[in-house]
Amino acid sequence: MSTNCTVPGDRQQFILRCKASPLTGSIGRAVIIRSSDQVPRSTLLNRFPVPRNLGVAAGSRIERGRTWPAPAGAKRVKTFEIYRYDPDHGKNPRLDSFEVDLDDCGPMVLDVLIWIKNKVDPTLTFRRSCREGICGSCAMNIDGTNWLACTRFVSETRKRATVYPLNNMRIIKDLVPDLTHVFAQYHLIEPWLKSSAPAPDRERLQSPEERRRIDGNWECILCFCCTSGCPSHWWNADRFLGPAVLLQAWRWLMDSRDEATGERLDQLEDPFRLYRCHTILNCTRTCPRGLNPGQAIAGIKKMLIERKSL
Amino acid sequence: MTAQQQKAARPHVDVRATRPLSPHLQIYRPQLTSVLSFSHRLSGIVLGLCALVLVALLIAAASGPRSYNALHAFIQSWPGQILLFAGTFAFFLHLCGGIRHLFWDTGRGFELRTIYASGWTVVAVSVTLTAIAWIVRSMLSR
Repeated sequence: MSTNCTVPGDRQQFILRCKASPLTGSIGRAVIIRSSDQVPRSTLLNRFPVPRNLGVAAGSRIERGRTWPAPAGAKRVKTFEIYRYDPDHGKNPRLDSFEVDLDDCGPMVLDVLIWIKNKVDPTLTFRRSCREGICGSCAMNIDGTNWLACTRFVSETRKRATVYPLNNMRIIKDLVPDLTHVFAQYHLIEPWLKSSAPAPDRERLQSPEERRRIDGNWECILCFCCTSGCPSHWWNADRFLGPAVLLQAWRWLMDSRDEATGERLDQLEDPFRLYRCHTILNCTRTCPRGLNPGQAIAGIKKMLIERKSL
Repeated sequence: MTAQQQKAARPHVDVRATRPLSPHLQIYRPQLTSVLSFSHRLSGIVLGLCALVLVALLIAAASGPRSYNALHAFIQSWPGQILLFAGTFAFFLHLCGGIRHLFWDTGRGFELRTIYASGWTVVAVSVTLTAIAWIVRSMLSR
């Protein structure tokens, strides 16, 4: 499974190097996470020890749902707890348990969802498209962290796997969040080339070095796993832009062809838009593409400081 | 009432606001990244309270032996000792976490592996420094 890293060969080398390093012995291997696709070997707590309904509005509280038993004769059965919400019944969201026949189903979490939709409950609603980690449609919270359902193996999930929609989003139905707000935030950073010079007759050229500066930034698929996994965005979603959008802001700041660097920095220099990032780094931990929004945001902050000291 | 009925009854109400909010803190898995960030803020709050205790100690010392002895007796008691221990740990955790943040401010240390290595280093060093501080203290008070 190398779909989630930019250069698979590099990553293979990296893993080999880690294995050879004496510093990362058995303890190191157990506690040091090296790439975002690693699932922790052991977990002390599956969730923070807070009440389930802490600060949750009455209409958003999750109720016990029903259990959908496995078909008769199923041998390898695994239970998936899945968040359900139906806007047409006026009831609260609920958590349904689906018993899935693994012998009848593909290896990924997305295969499980499709299996349920085809064979158990056709009303289960979710977004999916490419099934290979490049479209970002099936981003959701699997076992407590955000990832793409199409690139998460069922074998990597807990005994009782949980599937929730992306966090802190208004839910349209089941696992389909309303992304209007985060895309409006994306629009705010004006993610297009800005140049005051007359349009050239041919491509705008870059040197290989200049082109390399946007590597690790342009690969973002806007799945919003990072933004919805960011505690700072949970508390200030209305004003903090969030890691996904700030990574794209950085991508345009780094682009040698873009001429609006100063204007872009002016837009970002704000106690909420940028500086609500407290370097928690849940973003870098969860990115299904192995990108590093945390580093990009630090880069923007540094750029702003350097601009002031000129 | 269903969303459609709601919209029919109150057409000016944004349907988006009637949608449920998906859970976040309630279900997200605690990771070293978020746990250390929350602890950093919590230890900052504890240190703020410790600063108040320090001021109380100074005022008590300045106002004479009776008030000083009363406060001293509280600090020597079990609850006082537990608070002092928590304060020491909060101090070292916040100190180490602060140094980690200073490195990040220079734009360094953002590889996932480094984030985890520096995070566990903060935990190990602050536990060790707390232990050393209390061992030294018990040796001095003997």
